[in-house]
Amino acid sequence: MCGIVGIFLKNQSLEPELGTMLAGMLGTMCDRGPDSAGFAIYGAGDAEHVKLTLRADSPDVNFSALANEVERAIGAPVTVDVHATHAVFKLPSASEQAARAAIAEAGAGVKIVGAGTRMEVYKEVGRPDAVAKRFDLAHMAGSHGIAHSRMATESAVTTNGAHPFSTGRDQCLVHNGSLSNHNGLRRELERKGIHFETENDTEVAAGYITWRMGEGASLGEALEQSLQDLDGFYTFVVGTEDGFGVLRDPIACKPAVMAETDDYVAFGSEYRALAGLPGIDKARVWEPEPAKVYFWERR
Amino acid sequence: MRVIDLEVTSLRDLNQMLHDLGEGANETHFRVINPRGRHAIAAGLDAPVTVEIDGNAGYYCAGMNKRANVIVNGSAGVGVAENMMSGLVHVKGDASSSAGATGCGGLLVIDGNAAARCGISSRGINIVVKGSVGHMSAFMAQAGALVVLGDTGDALGDSIYETRLFVRGNVKSLGSDCIEKPLRDEHRQQLGELLEAAGLNGQLDPSEFRRYGSARNLYHFHMDNLEAY
Repeated sequence: MCGIVGIFLKNQSLEPELGTMLAGMLGTMCDRGPDSAGFAIYGAGDAEHVKLTLRADSPDVNFSALANEVERAIGAPVTVDVHATHAVFKLPSASEQAARAAIAEAGAGVKIVGAGTRMEVYKEVGRPDAVAKRFDLAHMAGSHGIAHSRMATESAVTTNGAHPFSTGRDQCLVHNGSLSNHNGLRRELERKGIHFETENDTEVAAGYITWRMGEGASLGEALEQSLQDLDGFYTFVVGTEDGFGVLRDPIACKPAVMAETDDYVAFGSEYRALAGLPGIDKARVWEPEPAKVYFWERR
Repeated sequence: MRVIDLEVTSLRDLNQMLHDLGEGANETHFRVINPRGRHAIAAGLDAPVTVEIDGNAGYYCAGMNKRANVIVNGSAGVGVAENMMSGLVHVKGDASSSAGATGCGGLLVIDGNAAARCGISSRGINIVVKGSVGHMSAFMAQAGALVVLGDTGDALGDSIYETRLFVRGNVKSLGSDCIEKPLRDEHRQQLGELLEAAGLNGQLDPSEFRRYGSARNLYHFHMDNLEAY
Protein backbone atom coordinates (compact mmCIF):
# COMPACT_ATOMS: atom_id res chain seq x y z
CA MET A 1 0.00 0.00 0.00
CA CYS A 2 2.37 2.75 1.26
CA GLY A 3 1.53 6.36 1.95
CA ILE A 4 3.26 9.39 0.52
CA VAL A 5 2.93 13.05 1.37
CA GLY A 6 4.62 16.25 0.34
CA ILE A 7 4.34 19.95 0.85
CA PHE A 8 5.80 22.90 -1.05
CA LEU A 9 5.47 26.32 0.52
CA LYS A 10 4.66 29.37 -1.55
CA ASN A 11 4.56 31.65 1.47
CA GLN A 12 8.06 31.94 2.99
CA SER A 13 6.73 33.05 6.37
CA LEU A 14 5.45 29.47 6.89
CA GLU A 15 8.94 27.95 6.56
CA PRO A 16 9.45 27.54 10.33
CA GLU A 17 6.21 25.47 10.37
CA LEU A 18 7.21 23.09 7.57
CA GLY A 19 8.38 20.28 9.85
CA THR A 20 5.23 20.42 11.96
CA MET A 21 3.05 20.32 8.86
CA LEU A 22 4.98 17.42 7.31
CA ALA A 23 5.06 15.44 10.58
CA GLY A 24 1.28 15.78 10.92
CA MET A 25 0.77 14.63 7.35
CA LEU A 26 3.11 11.64 7.74
CA GLY A 27 1.50 10.64 11.04
CA THR A 28 -1.90 10.17 9.39
CA MET A 29 -0.37 7.75 6.91
CA CYS A 30 0.72 5.13 9.52
CA ASP A 31 -2.24 2.95 8.49
CA ARG A 32 -0.97 2.83 4.92
CA GLY A 33 2.55 1.76 5.79
CA PRO A 34 3.72 0.79 9.28
CA ASP A 35 7.03 -0.85 8.26
CA SER A 36 9.34 2.10 7.89
CA ALA A 37 9.30 5.78 7.17
CA GLY A 38 11.47 8.56 5.94
CA PHE A 39 11.45 12.12 4.81
CA ALA A 40 13.50 14.70 2.99
CA ILE A 41 13.41 18.31 3.96
CA TYR A 42 14.81 21.28 2.06
CA GLY A 43 16.12 23.69 4.67
CA ALA A 44 18.65 26.49 4.80
CA GLY A 45 21.73 26.31 2.61
CA ASP A 46 24.13 28.29 0.48
CA ALA A 47 26.13 27.62 -2.67
CA GLU A 48 29.51 27.65 -0.87
CA HIS A 49 28.57 24.75 1.41
CA VAL A 50 27.37 21.20 0.98
CA LYS A 51 25.19 19.35 3.45
CA LEU A 52 25.97 15.63 3.78
CA THR A 53 23.36 13.55 5.56
CA LEU A 54 25.08 10.67 7.39
CA ARG A 55 23.31 7.60 8.70
CA ALA A 56 24.84 5.37 11.35
CA ASP A 57 24.19 1.67 11.75
CA SER A 58 23.98 2.07 15.51
CA PRO A 59 22.78 4.94 17.69
CA ASP A 60 26.13 4.88 19.58
CA VAL A 61 28.17 6.51 16.86
CA ASN A 62 30.08 9.54 18.05
CA PHE A 63 29.30 12.02 15.32
CA SER A 64 31.25 14.89 16.84
CA ALA A 65 34.42 12.78 17.01
CA LEU A 66 33.87 11.84 13.37
CA ALA A 67 33.36 15.53 12.50
CA ASN A 68 36.68 16.34 14.20
CA GLU A 69 38.43 13.75 12.04
CA VAL A 70 36.81 15.21 8.92
CA GLU A 71 37.83 18.73 9.97
CA ARG A 72 41.43 17.58 10.35
CA ALA A 73 41.33 15.87 6.96
CA ILE A 74 39.89 18.77 5.02
CA GLY A 75 41.40 21.60 7.05
CA ALA A 76 38.09 23.45 7.29
CA PRO A 77 35.31 23.70 9.85
CA VAL A 78 32.40 21.22 9.82
CA THR A 79 29.04 22.10 11.37
CA VAL A 80 27.28 19.08 12.89
CA ASP A 81 23.57 18.67 13.46
CA VAL A 82 22.73 15.32 15.09
CA HIS A 83 19.26 13.75 14.91
CA ALA A 84 19.32 10.30 16.58
CA THR A 85 21.04 7.90 14.14
CA HIS A 86 21.51 10.62 11.52
CA ALA A 87 23.68 13.70 11.37
CA VAL A 88 24.04 16.50 8.87
CA PHE A 89 27.63 17.66 8.26
CA LYS A 90 27.83 21.06 6.63
CA LEU A 91 31.19 21.86 5.08
CA PRO A 92 32.73 23.85 2.22
CA SER A 93 31.58 22.46 -1.16
CA ALA A 94 35.18 22.42 -2.42
CA SER A 95 36.09 19.90 0.31
CA GLU A 96 33.27 17.45 -0.40
CA GLN A 97 35.39 14.73 -2.01
CA ALA A 98 38.03 14.93 0.73
CA ALA A 99 35.31 14.78 3.38
CA ARG A 100 33.70 11.74 1.75
CA ALA A 101 37.09 10.00 1.72
CA ALA A 102 37.68 10.84 5.38
CA ILE A 103 34.24 9.52 6.36
CA ALA A 104 34.82 6.30 4.43
CA GLU A 105 38.27 5.87 5.97
CA ALA A 106 36.99 6.36 9.50
CA GLY A 107 34.81 3.26 9.12
CA ALA A 108 32.50 3.78 12.11
CA GLY A 109 29.53 2.21 10.26
CA VAL A 110 28.42 5.50 8.80
CA LYS A 111 26.91 5.94 5.36
CA ILE A 112 26.27 9.10 3.35
CA VAL A 113 22.60 8.91 2.35
CA GLY A 114 22.09 12.33 0.86
CA ALA A 115 24.02 15.34 -0.35
CA GLY A 116 23.05 18.76 -1.52
CA THR A 117 22.92 22.44 -0.87
CA ARG A 118 19.66 22.27 1.05
CA MET A 119 18.38 18.68 1.24
CA GLU A 120 18.51 16.53 4.36
CA VAL A 121 17.27 12.92 4.30
CA TYR A 122 16.14 10.83 7.27
CA LYS A 123 14.76 7.31 7.27
CA GLU A 124 14.35 4.44 9.65
CA VAL A 125 12.46 1.22 10.28
CA GLY A 126 9.43 1.68 12.53
CA ARG A 127 6.04 3.35 12.66
CA PRO A 128 6.04 6.64 10.76
CA ASP A 129 4.85 8.76 13.69
CA ALA A 130 7.60 7.26 15.89
CA VAL A 131 10.22 7.84 13.18
CA ALA A 132 9.16 11.49 12.80
CA LYS A 133 9.38 11.92 16.56
CA ARG A 134 12.76 10.24 16.80
CA PHE A 135 14.27 12.68 14.30
CA ASP A 136 12.29 15.62 15.74
CA LEU A 137 10.82 16.44 12.34
CA ALA A 138 8.28 18.78 13.94
CA HIS A 139 11.06 21.27 14.73
CA MET A 140 12.66 21.31 11.30
CA ALA A 141 12.22 24.29 9.00
CA GLY A 142 12.35 24.48 5.23
CA SER A 143 10.71 25.42 1.96
CA HIS A 144 9.46 21.98 0.94
CA GLY A 145 9.56 18.39 2.05
CA ILE A 146 8.40 14.92 1.09
CA ALA A 147 7.77 11.87 3.25
CA HIS A 148 6.85 8.23 2.96
CA SER A 149 5.31 5.46 5.05
CA ARG A 150 6.20 2.05 3.69
CA MET A 151 4.37 -1.25 3.38
CA ALA A 152 7.15 -3.28 1.85
CA THR A 153 6.53 -5.35 -1.26
CA GLU A 154 9.52 -5.35 -3.62
CA SER A 155 12.36 -5.55 -1.13
CA ALA A 156 12.99 -6.22 2.55
CA VAL A 157 11.96 -4.10 5.54
CA THR A 158 15.28 -2.43 6.16
CA THR A 159 16.43 1.13 6.56
CA ASN A 160 18.06 0.84 3.15
CA GLY A 161 14.70 -0.08 1.64
CA ALA A 162 12.95 2.89 3.25
CA HIS A 163 12.14 5.96 1.19
CA PRO A 164 12.99 8.66 0.17
CA PHE A 165 15.69 7.62 -2.25
CA SER A 166 18.32 10.13 -3.21
CA THR A 167 20.61 9.44 -6.15
CA GLY A 168 21.67 12.97 -6.97
CA ARG A 169 22.45 16.27 -5.31
CA ASP A 170 19.38 17.77 -3.72
CA GLN A 171 17.24 15.20 -5.53
CA CYS A 172 15.01 12.66 -3.92
CA LEU A 173 11.87 10.71 -4.58
CA VAL A 174 9.11 8.86 -2.74
CA HIS A 175 7.00 6.23 -4.43
CA ASN A 176 3.75 4.40 -3.91
CA GLY A 177 3.48 1.36 -6.14
CA SER A 178 5.86 -1.10 -7.71
CA LEU A 179 7.91 -0.98 -10.88
CA SER A 180 8.16 -4.02 -13.12
CA ASN A 181 11.11 -3.10 -15.35
CA HIS A 182 13.49 -1.89 -12.66
CA ASN A 183 16.13 -4.60 -13.05
CA GLY A 184 16.71 -3.94 -16.75
CA LEU A 185 16.60 -0.20 -16.27
CA ARG A 186 19.04 -0.40 -13.34
CA ARG A 187 21.58 -2.19 -15.55
CA GLU A 188 21.18 0.47 -18.25
CA LEU A 189 21.56 3.32 -15.79
CA GLU A 190 24.60 1.70 -14.16
CA ARG A 191 26.25 1.68 -17.58
CA LYS A 192 25.51 5.40 -17.78
CA GLY A 193 27.30 5.91 -14.48
CA ILE A 194 24.41 6.10 -11.99
CA HIS A 195 25.29 4.38 -8.74
CA PHE A 196 22.72 2.29 -6.83
CA GLU A 197 22.90 1.20 -3.21
CA THR A 198 20.01 -1.28 -3.09
CA GLU A 199 17.94 -3.76 -5.10
CA ASN A 200 14.91 -1.54 -4.57
CA ASP A 201 12.67 -0.57 -7.50
CA THR A 202 12.10 2.96 -6.28
CA GLU A 203 15.80 3.74 -6.22
CA VAL A 204 15.82 3.02 -9.96
CA ALA A 205 13.12 5.63 -10.53
CA ALA A 206 15.14 8.15 -8.51
CA GLY A 207 18.28 7.23 -10.47
CA TYR A 208 16.40 7.59 -13.74
CA ILE A 209 15.32 11.14 -12.89
CA THR A 210 18.84 11.99 -11.73
CA TRP A 211 20.23 10.71 -15.05
CA ARG A 212 17.69 12.68 -17.09
CA MET A 213 18.35 15.87 -15.16
CA GLY A 214 22.07 15.28 -15.51
CA GLU A 215 21.49 15.22 -19.27
CA GLY A 216 19.99 18.68 -18.98
CA ALA A 217 16.28 17.96 -18.53
CA SER A 218 14.20 20.05 -16.16
CA LEU A 219 12.30 18.23 -13.42
CA GLY A 220 9.12 18.49 -15.50
CA GLU A 221 10.85 17.09 -18.59
CA ALA A 222 12.45 14.24 -16.62
CA LEU A 223 9.05 13.25 -15.24
CA GLU A 224 7.52 13.47 -18.71
CA GLN A 225 10.23 11.14 -20.08
CA SER A 226 9.76 8.67 -17.22
CA LEU A 227 6.24 8.00 -18.53
CA GLN A 228 7.89 6.35 -21.53
CA ASP A 229 10.62 4.44 -19.75
CA LEU A 230 9.20 3.31 -16.41
CA ASP A 231 6.75 0.42 -16.40
CA GLY A 232 4.58 -0.45 -13.45
CA PHE A 233 2.40 1.18 -10.86
CA TYR A 234 3.51 4.45 -9.42
CA THR A 235 2.61 7.68 -7.86
CA PHE A 236 5.81 9.69 -7.39
CA VAL A 237 6.49 12.81 -5.40
CA VAL A 238 9.88 14.29 -6.23
CA GLY A 239 11.93 17.04 -4.62
CA THR A 240 14.78 19.04 -6.12
CA GLU A 241 16.69 22.00 -4.67
CA ASP A 242 13.96 24.41 -5.67
CA GLY A 243 11.25 22.22 -7.15
CA PHE A 244 8.49 19.80 -6.26
CA GLY A 245 6.84 17.40 -8.72
CA VAL A 246 4.07 14.81 -8.82
CA LEU A 247 3.40 12.08 -11.37
CA ARG A 248 0.91 9.19 -11.51
CA ASP A 249 1.11 6.23 -13.89
CA PRO A 250 -1.32 6.20 -16.85
CA ILE A 251 -3.64 3.74 -15.10
CA ALA A 252 -3.73 5.86 -11.90
CA CYS A 253 -3.41 2.67 -9.95
CA LYS A 254 -2.31 4.38 -6.74
CA PRO A 255 -4.31 7.07 -4.98
CA ALA A 256 -3.43 10.75 -4.91
CA VAL A 257 -5.03 13.97 -3.80
CA MET A 258 -3.67 17.49 -3.90
CA ALA A 259 -4.53 20.80 -2.30
CA GLU A 260 -3.42 24.29 -3.20
CA THR A 261 -3.83 27.61 -1.43
CA ASP A 262 -1.99 30.92 -1.76
CA ASP A 263 0.40 29.60 0.89
CA TYR A 264 1.24 26.06 -0.24
CA VAL A 265 0.78 23.10 -2.56
CA ALA A 266 0.31 19.80 -0.74
CA PHE A 267 0.14 16.17 -1.80
CA GLY A 268 -1.30 13.18 0.07
CA SER A 269 -2.09 9.56 -0.74
CA GLU A 270 -5.41 10.32 0.93
CA TYR A 271 -7.25 13.45 1.91
CA ARG A 272 -6.74 12.48 5.56
CA ALA A 273 -3.12 13.54 5.18
CA LEU A 274 -4.19 17.04 4.16
CA ALA A 275 -7.06 17.51 6.61
CA GLY A 276 -4.88 19.10 9.30
CA LEU A 277 -3.25 21.74 7.10
CA PRO A 278 -4.01 25.41 7.78
CA GLY A 279 -6.72 26.84 5.53
CA ILE A 280 -7.56 23.43 4.02
CA ASP A 281 -11.28 24.24 4.10
CA LYS A 282 -10.67 27.03 1.61
CA ALA A 283 -8.07 25.17 -0.47
CA ARG A 284 -8.61 23.95 -4.00
CA VAL A 285 -8.59 20.17 -3.58
CA TRP A 286 -8.30 17.92 -6.61
CA GLU A 287 -7.15 14.53 -7.77
CA PRO A 288 -4.11 14.71 -10.07
CA GLU A 289 -4.81 13.19 -13.45
CA PRO A 290 -3.07 10.04 -14.64
CA ALA A 291 0.06 10.48 -16.78
CA LYS A 292 0.08 14.24 -16.23
CA VAL A 293 3.17 15.93 -14.86
CA TYR A 294 2.65 18.47 -12.10
CA PHE A 295 5.53 20.52 -10.81
CA TRP A 296 6.23 23.74 -8.98
CA GLU A 297 9.47 25.67 -8.70
CA ARG A 298 10.63 28.45 -6.40
CA ARG A 299 11.12 31.64 -8.33
CA MET B 1 -31.69 17.22 13.40
CA ARG B 2 -28.88 15.62 15.32
CA VAL B 3 -25.30 16.80 14.84
CA ILE B 4 -22.43 14.35 15.25
CA ASP B 5 -18.93 15.77 15.51
CA LEU B 6 -16.36 13.19 14.42
CA GLU B 7 -13.70 14.99 16.44
CA VAL B 8 -15.76 14.04 19.52
CA THR B 9 -17.67 10.88 18.53
CA SER B 10 -15.74 7.98 17.07
CA LEU B 11 -16.50 6.85 13.55
CA ARG B 12 -17.38 3.40 14.87
CA ASP B 13 -19.91 4.89 17.31
CA LEU B 14 -21.45 7.01 14.55
CA ASN B 15 -21.87 4.06 12.21
CA GLN B 16 -23.16 1.79 14.98
CA MET B 17 -25.73 4.43 15.96
CA LEU B 18 -26.87 4.70 12.33
CA HIS B 19 -27.04 0.92 11.99
CA ASP B 20 -29.16 0.66 15.14
CA LEU B 21 -31.91 2.91 13.77
CA GLY B 22 -35.05 0.82 13.78
CA GLU B 23 -38.19 1.17 11.70
CA GLY B 24 -40.01 4.40 12.51
CA ALA B 25 -37.12 5.88 14.47
CA ASN B 26 -37.88 9.39 15.68
CA GLU B 27 -34.66 10.86 14.43
CA THR B 28 -34.41 10.82 10.65
CA HIS B 29 -31.93 13.59 9.88
CA PHE B 30 -28.29 13.62 10.93
CA ARG B 31 -25.48 16.04 10.21
CA VAL B 32 -21.89 14.80 10.48
CA ILE B 33 -19.26 17.48 10.99
CA ASN B 34 -15.44 17.26 10.84
CA PRO B 35 -15.29 14.20 8.59
CA ARG B 36 -11.64 15.08 7.73
CA GLY B 37 -11.39 12.37 5.08
CA ARG B 38 -12.21 9.48 7.40
CA HIS B 39 -13.06 6.23 5.68
CA ALA B 40 -16.41 4.38 5.61
CA ILE B 41 -18.50 7.24 6.98
CA ALA B 42 -22.20 6.27 6.94
CA ALA B 43 -21.42 2.91 5.36
CA GLY B 44 -23.87 0.05 5.62
CA LEU B 45 -27.03 2.07 6.34
CA ASP B 46 -30.42 0.40 6.02
CA ALA B 47 -33.02 2.96 7.11
CA PRO B 48 -35.05 5.74 5.47
CA VAL B 49 -32.99 8.55 6.98
CA THR B 50 -30.93 11.46 5.72
CA VAL B 51 -27.27 11.84 6.66
CA GLU B 52 -25.46 15.02 5.63
CA ILE B 53 -21.68 15.06 5.80
CA ASP B 54 -20.20 18.55 6.02
CA GLY B 55 -16.74 18.36 4.48
CA ASN B 56 -14.62 15.89 2.57
CA ALA B 57 -15.17 12.18 3.12
CA GLY B 58 -12.60 9.40 2.68
CA TYR B 59 -12.90 5.96 1.13
CA TYR B 60 -16.14 3.94 0.81
CA CYS B 61 -18.42 6.70 2.07
CA ALA B 62 -22.05 5.46 2.06
CA GLY B 63 -20.88 2.05 0.87
CA MET B 64 -23.59 -0.64 0.69
CA ASN B 65 -26.22 2.04 1.21
CA LYS B 66 -29.82 0.84 1.41
CA ARG B 67 -32.77 3.28 1.53
CA ALA B 68 -30.87 6.18 3.13
CA ASN B 69 -30.10 9.56 1.57
CA VAL B 70 -26.46 10.42 2.12
CA ILE B 71 -25.35 13.89 1.08
CA VAL B 72 -21.67 14.85 1.05
CA ASN B 73 -21.20 18.61 1.23
CA GLY B 74 -17.67 18.23 -0.08
CA SER B 75 -15.71 15.66 -2.05
CA ALA B 76 -15.55 11.91 -1.56
CA GLY B 77 -12.64 9.48 -1.75
CA VAL B 78 -12.30 6.13 -3.47
CA GLY B 79 -15.43 3.96 -3.78
CA VAL B 80 -18.20 6.31 -2.70
CA ALA B 81 -21.55 4.44 -2.65
CA GLU B 82 -19.79 1.23 -3.66
CA ASN B 83 -22.20 -1.69 -3.75
CA MET B 84 -25.19 0.59 -3.10
CA MET B 85 -28.51 -1.28 -2.99
CA SER B 86 -31.04 1.57 -2.98
CA GLY B 87 -31.51 5.15 -1.80
CA LEU B 88 -29.64 8.27 -2.88
CA VAL B 89 -26.04 9.34 -2.47
CA HIS B 90 -25.30 12.91 -3.54
CA VAL B 91 -21.71 14.20 -3.63
CA LYS B 92 -21.65 17.99 -4.00
CA GLY B 93 -17.95 18.08 -4.90
CA ASP B 94 -15.77 15.59 -6.80
CA ALA B 95 -15.49 11.84 -6.34
CA SER B 96 -12.30 9.81 -6.54
CA SER B 97 -11.98 6.54 -8.43
CA SER B 98 -14.45 3.65 -8.45
CA ALA B 99 -17.48 5.77 -7.54
CA GLY B 100 -20.58 3.58 -7.37
CA ALA B 101 -18.55 0.44 -8.02
CA THR B 102 -20.60 -2.79 -8.18
CA GLY B 103 -23.77 -0.89 -7.16
CA CYS B 104 -27.01 -2.88 -7.40
CA GLY B 105 -29.54 -0.06 -7.21
CA GLY B 106 -30.32 3.47 -6.09
CA LEU B 107 -29.04 6.75 -7.48
CA LEU B 108 -25.58 8.29 -7.13
CA VAL B 109 -25.32 11.95 -8.13
CA ILE B 110 -21.92 13.65 -8.37
CA ASP B 111 -22.02 17.39 -8.95
CA GLY B 112 -18.33 17.64 -9.84
CA ASN B 113 -16.05 15.18 -11.62
CA ALA B 114 -15.56 11.50 -10.96
CA ALA B 115 -12.11 9.95 -11.42
CA ALA B 116 -11.19 6.64 -13.05
CA ARG B 117 -13.41 3.55 -13.06
CA CYS B 118 -16.67 5.31 -12.24
CA GLY B 119 -19.48 2.74 -12.17
CA ILE B 120 -17.11 -0.19 -12.60
CA SER B 121 -18.97 -3.51 -12.61
CA SER B 122 -22.27 -1.78 -11.94
CA ARG B 123 -25.18 -4.17 -11.44
CA GLY B 124 -28.14 -1.82 -11.57
CA ILE B 125 -27.15 1.46 -9.91
CA ASN B 126 -27.94 4.69 -11.75
CA ILE B 127 -25.15 7.26 -11.72
CA VAL B 128 -25.37 10.88 -12.86
CA VAL B 129 -22.07 12.79 -13.05
CA LYS B 130 -22.48 16.50 -13.78
CA GLY B 131 -18.79 16.92 -14.62
CA SER B 132 -16.50 14.44 -16.37
CA VAL B 133 -15.42 10.87 -15.62
CA GLY B 134 -11.97 9.28 -15.82
CA HIS B 135 -10.70 6.31 -17.77
CA MET B 136 -12.17 2.80 -17.66
CA SER B 137 -15.53 4.05 -16.45
CA ALA B 138 -18.35 1.47 -16.62
CA PHE B 139 -15.76 -1.29 -17.03
CA MET B 140 -17.66 -4.62 -17.14
CA ALA B 141 -20.82 -2.77 -16.17
CA GLN B 142 -23.79 -5.11 -16.21
CA ALA B 143 -26.99 -3.13 -15.63
CA GLY B 144 -28.32 0.30 -14.72
CA ALA B 145 -27.20 3.56 -16.31
CA LEU B 146 -24.29 6.01 -16.26
CA VAL B 147 -25.04 9.58 -17.31
CA VAL B 148 -22.11 11.95 -17.89
CA LEU B 149 -22.73 15.62 -18.64
CA GLY B 150 -19.07 16.31 -19.36
CA ASP B 151 -16.40 14.20 -21.04
CA THR B 152 -15.10 10.69 -20.46
CA GLY B 153 -11.56 9.36 -20.28
CA ASP B 154 -10.16 6.46 -22.27
CA ALA B 155 -11.78 3.05 -22.68
CA LEU B 156 -15.34 3.93 -21.73
CA GLY B 157 -17.46 0.84 -21.20
CA ASP B 158 -14.70 -1.68 -21.73
CA SER B 159 -16.11 -5.24 -21.75
CA ILE B 160 -19.54 -3.83 -20.95
CA TYR B 161 -22.64 -5.98 -20.55
CA GLU B 162 -26.01 -4.17 -20.46
CA THR B 163 -25.48 -0.87 -18.66
CA ARG B 164 -26.70 2.13 -20.67
CA LEU B 165 -24.18 4.92 -21.05
CA PHE B 166 -25.29 8.48 -21.88
CA VAL B 167 -22.59 11.08 -22.56
CA ARG B 168 -23.11 14.72 -23.49
CA GLY B 169 -19.45 15.69 -23.97
CA ASN B 170 -16.56 13.99 -25.71
CA VAL B 171 -15.67 10.35 -25.33
CA LYS B 172 -11.89 10.07 -25.43
CA SER B 173 -12.08 6.45 -26.55
CA LEU B 174 -14.40 3.46 -26.27
CA GLY B 175 -13.27 0.24 -24.64
CA SER B 176 -13.52 -3.25 -26.14
CA ASP B 177 -17.00 -4.21 -27.28
CA CYS B 178 -18.48 -0.79 -26.47
CA ILE B 179 -20.19 1.01 -29.36
CA GLU B 180 -22.38 4.01 -29.96
CA LYS B 181 -26.04 3.14 -30.32
CA PRO B 182 -29.04 5.15 -31.50
CA LEU B 183 -30.80 7.29 -28.91
CA ARG B 184 -34.42 6.27 -29.28
CA ASP B 185 -37.51 7.67 -27.54
CA GLU B 186 -37.38 5.11 -24.74
CA HIS B 187 -33.79 6.19 -24.00
CA ARG B 188 -34.70 9.88 -24.10
CA GLN B 189 -37.44 9.17 -21.60
CA GLN B 190 -35.17 7.19 -19.29
CA LEU B 191 -32.53 9.90 -19.52
CA GLY B 192 -35.12 12.62 -18.83
CA GLU B 193 -36.17 10.77 -15.68
CA LEU B 194 -32.60 10.34 -14.50
CA LEU B 195 -31.80 14.02 -15.09
CA GLU B 196 -34.93 14.99 -13.19
CA ALA B 197 -33.99 12.71 -10.29
CA ALA B 198 -30.57 14.39 -10.26
CA GLY B 199 -32.21 17.81 -9.89
CA LEU B 200 -31.70 18.86 -13.51
CA ASN B 201 -35.33 18.91 -14.56
CA GLY B 202 -35.81 20.84 -17.79
CA GLN B 203 -32.24 22.19 -17.79
CA LEU B 204 -30.94 19.83 -20.44
CA ASP B 205 -32.42 18.30 -23.54
CA PRO B 206 -31.83 14.52 -23.56
CA SER B 207 -31.22 14.79 -27.30
CA GLU B 208 -27.88 16.46 -26.53
CA PHE B 209 -26.59 13.11 -25.30
CA ARG B 210 -25.21 10.15 -27.20
CA ARG B 211 -25.85 6.59 -26.11
CA TYR B 212 -23.24 3.87 -25.83
CA GLY B 213 -23.58 0.24 -24.93
CA SER B 214 -22.46 -3.29 -25.59
CA ALA B 215 -21.89 -4.67 -29.08
CA ARG B 216 -22.58 -8.02 -27.38
CA ASN B 217 -19.75 -9.73 -29.23
CA LEU B 218 -17.62 -10.38 -26.19
CA TYR B 219 -19.95 -12.06 -23.76
CA HIS B 220 -22.07 -14.21 -26.05
CA PHE B 221 -21.07 -17.72 -26.77
CA HIS B 222 -20.15 -18.21 -30.41
CA MET B 223 -20.15 -21.68 -31.91
CA ASP B 224 -17.12 -20.64 -33.97
CA ASN B 225 -15.11 -20.22 -30.77
CA LEU B 226 -15.83 -23.70 -29.47
CA GLU B 227 -12.19 -24.74 -29.81
CA ALA B 228 -11.15 -22.04 -27.40
CA TYR B 229 -13.12 -23.52 -24.48
